[in-house]
Amino acid sequence: MDLTAINPVLLVASLMVAATPLLLAAIGELVVEKSGVLNLGVEGMMIVGAICGFAMAVESGSPMLGFAAAAAGGALLSLLFALLTQVALANQVASGLALTLFGLGLSALLGQGYVGVKPPPSPRLDLPGLSDLPVVGPILFGHDPILYLGVVLTACVWVMLKFTRAGLILRAVGESHDAAHALGYPVVRIRILAIMFGGACAGLGGAYISLIRVPQWTEGMTAGIGWIALALVVFASWKPWRALLGAYLFGGVTVMQLNLQAAGVAIPVEYLAMSPYLVTILVLVILSADRSGAPAALGRIFHASN
Amino acid sequence: MKLSTLLTGAAVALAMATGAMAQDKTKVGFVYVGPVGDGGWTYEHDQGRKAVEAEFGDAVETVYVENVAEGPDAERVMTQMALNGADLIFTTSFGFMDPTINVAAKFPDVKFEHATGYKRADNVSTYSARFYEGRAIQGHIAGKMTQSNIIGYIASYPIPEVIRGINSAFLHARKVNPDVEFKIIWAYTWFDPAKEADAAKALIEQGADVILQHTDSTAPQAAAAEAEGVITFGQASDMAEYAPLPRVSSIIDDWAPYYIARTRAVMDGTWVSTDTWDGIGPGMVAIGEISDAVPADVKAEALAMKAAIGSGAYHPFTGPINKQDGSAWLAEGEVADDGTLAGMNFYVEGLEGDIPG
Repeated sequence: MDLTAINPVLLVASLMVAATPLLLAAIGELVVEKSGVLNLGVEGMMIVGAICGFAMAVESGSPMLGFAAAAAGGALLSLLFALLTQVALANQVASGLALTLFGLGLSALLGQGYVGVKPPPSPRLDLPGLSDLPVVGPILFGHDPILYLGVVLTACVWVMLKFTRAGLILRAVGESHDAAHALGYPVVRIRILAIMFGGACAGLGGAYISLIRVPQWTEGMTAGIGWIALALVVFASWKPWRALLGAYLFGGVTVMQLNLQAAGVAIPVEYLAMSPYLVTILVLVILSADRSGAPAALGRIFHASN
Repeated sequence: MKLSTLLTGAAVALAMATGAMAQDKTKVGFVYVGPVGDGGWTYEHDQGRKAVEAEFGDAVETVYVENVAEGPDAERVMTQMALNGADLIFTTSFGFMDPTINVAAKFPDVKFEHATGYKRADNVSTYSARFYEGRAIQGHIAGKMTQSNIIGYIASYPIPEVIRGINSAFLHARKVNPDVEFKIIWAYTWFDPAKEADAAKALIEQGADVILQHTDSTAPQAAAAEAEGVITFGQASDMAEYAPLPRVSSIIDDWAPYYIARTRAVMDGTWVSTDTWDGIGPGMVAIGEISDAVPADVKAEALAMKAAIGSGAYHPFTGPINKQDGSAWLAEGEVADDGTLAGMNFYVEGLEGDIPG
């Protein structure tokens, strides 16, 4: 065992990278669920975002255009879900699962020509002076812009939900769509917007994997992160900062356990491999002891005639 | 009672209907653990499937299902294939072993071929490639080229095939570089690009300048390409898009000749259950081009080793070799027997850490 081989600064820096796709997807889904819609298609929207972003970045040479395309692609796919569930009033669980399957297939199709292609490198934040600081530099000032966007987005969603009128309306729609409707709020329109926001976030998260974390295109490369994001939203009790904490914990323990293995720590590998799930669930369950429940109208179908 | 009669009737009708259609065409099914676009393991199996189609043209029909999870879902997929009239089914991952045996018992007339396993039946063959022969060559190049003397190894599951690869690579790295040390990460997945990339990064951050992988995607190659001065080897497929650096060589699985031969055997009615384990000699394992990043003398040595293994003059597990605990395994000049290799569950002397599970 040689723990000195683990560089804590690099560890923290890489856990932030590992956590960002999860965070982005979870924040998007959190807003969707706050509006009373359960979209199980996160995985599908992520993978479509991953290929849209990758393809656009390769074709245009600009990673930032790629991320824009990823958000657009995710939102576009989520619009399909919105049509099914908000206009055609289809079952949300079934539609969400179908969206994931559809997304996986569509991304494989779109990605045919991109296997083995290298994307353009994403720029990193480089503040003269700050980025070169020991310890703090690599952790706080040495990342790509999307990582910061994830944190900023978390803060924005928190402010929006807690302090703004728009947030109040969104929550009202999610708690009781009938009441919100009676007050004259356009329930369906608000939900469609929330679903598209969720799709855009999931797309960004997917592109973060294909453009920064891995970076390459491979079929099925999101490998279940969308599902973890869904679970994270529940365990975070629909609170943005807890989702951030959960994502960083999950990313942190994932990266940590790989480092521990490489350093030859004599903990059985099976325990290390399950540790990210275990630790994240444990911490969030303890935190959610205050019983803040799910939005009351979560998953329920709304039609103005009911 | 009535329901089961009805179901049996339906199954018989289905079997008859598909049987009638399948008379002129031989239907060959493939069950894949990853996507065909993984650029590694599953990609090569799919190349083999395409070779079967090219060889027999209209006489065969191939079907495949990708991304099949190891476990009960695999059984469902195989059953479905058998019900749909497949005459021959290749199941191409170690974890499909028990599902293959279970399904094969239900369909005695369908032939099954399971890759990398060890359980056989009258209608189940096994086949695998001696990847450890290629690992010996990788170990040699890695031992010669490492500057930090730390070689990172991304392992998948603790099964004999993976352990053999680690041992073979380690023995040959140590042989040319006594200071070399292996850091091993068990990823517990065959295919998860993000996790594989994270594992490669963790190893690189801890000083590894050679990354060997036994997982199926090209993600570790991409991670190594980001870092400076790290070399890698293609796994299962050539992964030539990462040549000349970081990928300096590769192990390529060539399943096409085997798949064609077995399909022909089914067509001729000469198929019998066998156990095939071929290596560099018969061509089931190929060594991808060694790039110019490798010094010429190292490249020449590697090619000489490849030739010696191919001709049978050299076996990668030739004594003296001790087990990790120091007990003797192979005496001077003794060669490992296939039985021990097939069930290998121990590290050789010099490797640190324990095999999980």
